[in-house]
Amino acid sequence: MADRDTTPPRSDGAPSPAPLLVVRNLRVTLPTLGGDLHAVRGVDLSVRAGETFGIVGESGCGKSLTSLALMNLLPRHARRGADRIEFAGQDLQALGERQMGDLRGNSMSMVFQQPMSCLNPAYTIGNQLVSVFRRHRKVGRSEATERAVYLLDKVGITGGRRRLGQYPHQLSGGLRQRVMIAMALMCEPDLIIADEPTTALDVTIQAQILHLLAELQQEFGMSIILITHDLGIVARIANRVAVMYAGEFVEVGSVDQLYSDPRHPYTRGLFDCIPQPGKTPPGARLGFIPGIVPSLFGKTAGCAFATRCAKAGDACRDAPPWHGDADGHEVRCHFAGAGPNPTAAPPSQGT
Amino acid sequence: MKRNGSAAILELHDISRQFVVRRGLFKKRQFLKAVDGVSLELNKGDVLGLVGESGCGKSTLARILLGLLPPTSGTVLFNGAHVSDANKRMMKRHIQPIFQDPYSSLNPRKTVNEIIAAPLGVHGIGTVREREQDVRRMMELVGLPARAFYSYPGQLSGGQCQRVAIARALIMKPEVVICDEPTSALDVSVQSQILNLLLDLRDELGLTYLIISHNLAVVEHMATRVAVMYLGRIVEANDARALFGAPRHPYTRALMQSVLTPEPGLGVPDNHLGLAYPDPLDPPEGCGFHPRCAPCRDAGLAICRAERPPAVRDREGWVECFLHSGSAELPSQ
Repeated sequence: MADRDTTPPRSDGAPSPAPLLVVRNLRVTLPTLGGDLHAVRGVDLSVRAGETFGIVGESGCGKSLTSLALMNLLPRHARRGADRIEFAGQDLQALGERQMGDLRGNSMSMVFQQPMSCLNPAYTIGNQLVSVFRRHRKVGRSEATERAVYLLDKVGITGGRRRLGQYPHQLSGGLRQRVMIAMALMCEPDLIIADEPTTALDVTIQAQILHLLAELQQEFGMSIILITHDLGIVARIANRVAVMYAGEFVEVGSVDQLYSDPRHPYTRGLFDCIPQPGKTPPGARLGFIPGIVPSLFGKTAGCAFATRCAKAGDACRDAPPWHGDADGHEVRCHFAGAGPNPTAAPPSQGT
Repeated sequence: MKRNGSAAILELHDISRQFVVRRGLFKKRQFLKAVDGVSLELNKGDVLGLVGESGCGKSTLARILLGLLPPTSGTVLFNGAHVSDANKRMMKRHIQPIFQDPYSSLNPRKTVNEIIAAPLGVHGIGTVREREQDVRRMMELVGLPARAFYSYPGQLSGGQCQRVAIARALIMKPEVVICDEPTSALDVSVQSQILNLLLDLRDELGLTYLIISHNLAVVEHMATRVAVMYLGRIVEANDARALFGAPRHPYTRALMQSVLTPEPGLGVPDNHLGLAYPDPLDPPEGCGFHPRCAPCRDAGLAICRAERPPAVRDREGWVECFLHSGSAELPSQ
């Protein structure tokens, strides 16, 4: 494994306590006029305290709906089902909307892609930061303001007191995203779900925001679920990663395992598609994944990737089983069993 | 600035573009220099990558090249001939755009056939029958199925829409294609197909590209030459291998540090750029980059604050930085 003395130090392999978040067989269904759209089809995941879990996938694979389902922020008509959603020992499915509201922004919070549309343009950022804190803590306005200034400083915004009186439109995109992160941190959450937190930003600002996120995680010790389409981002800040395709996870493992030995044909395809400086010769033909994502209306039988997979055979008409290593690298493919440990294992991630 | 080798197909000499900004009814007018004295040249067969942060003037420059926006000062030469109002139409024929978001750059109420044939209509080329043949040939060239002929953009995938945009650009048989973020709205598995297609078409049709992108991995893959833009100026330009191998301008270095390649264990480096991109209405004195420049901060160079750095030229490119002009000591990097 690669050495670990670069920022941010990661801690996979360290003895871990019970997982903070355990999800089993999460399903999200969107009823439409044309029938039910099965957008998330049985996702299992577990996130340990203090780790960063990356979910990578292309648009429409259900990664954002997964995160919204965890926060219970799905669109009104969407249906959520799961065998188990357990956060810090609480069964989230048993909670009412009011109790869920006590949790959101408090012990689990979210950073969205578009900070402009997620901050309220009619209120100053100070007002918004303070009201998050006072919603969950019994504190006075001045104490909450202190906390806001402290966190703005933590996210690299100096002169916080002056900034508190500003409106979101007076800030640049990078600063707005920093404010979003500060807002997510107000109540010292145990878990932050960051849904494409840097996609709308320049590369330079993206690097700064991710650097900041990694530093803050080290300081405050929260877990992060990072949702992105960018394999580069995940490689640099996640401990473990899941590759998502057509509403389900197809491969899960530590970042080192998955990047050094991608096993699912879809994961391999993704790596072939991106030009990698230093590896792909400039101007060479890039790989591609033929075909398009299958429709998720109605029942999907067998492997969802089979129509685009070069290896696909008769076996792929049946749903593929999970194949797992002892060290937690799991892949859902009929042909992955030829690896070093060909025993078919039931899904048992997060061990 | 003449580079040795083949003749330049497109030359920019000291191009500037100002916008007048009025922040409120009774406020004073202010001038925003979106492009500030840019000189560049594109040789036949080049793929010039133009990189920089949003707001640096990349897209304004592209619009000047497309003839959509006249420059405030400076000259554009196309195949050695001055581009003036009289022959602008001629230039527009030979320089075609591909835009970022295929969903919004294609008219949703026109069929693929109508969209691709539109430039022929504008320039009054061919009969209806000839245009149809041209369109079918183009569709085959860019890998669109023939059955898409009567489809609407809403019926196509993102990758197919971008192929329509490419076909529309190529139907005029242009010499230069200006691609403004050609793949950033697409998924990676589709992006690679479009990049492959662009490179194939370049070989097949002898095209010259200007690729504007914020994705440095894409630029490194595609470009033969790279220009780095900051606050309206090209601060460094060079052969792609040389530039990616040994970036010289501190801003170029910071950009490259910010690229997160899929290599686990490297972490996210700090690019030391500080918080703020300067306000283009009130650009810094001297070198535009000095407030964010780590080597300048560390060394406390007074000259960067006082004067604009001269361009230091060598065989293939140039860099505008005092650290390379001999006027200042280069701090160890």
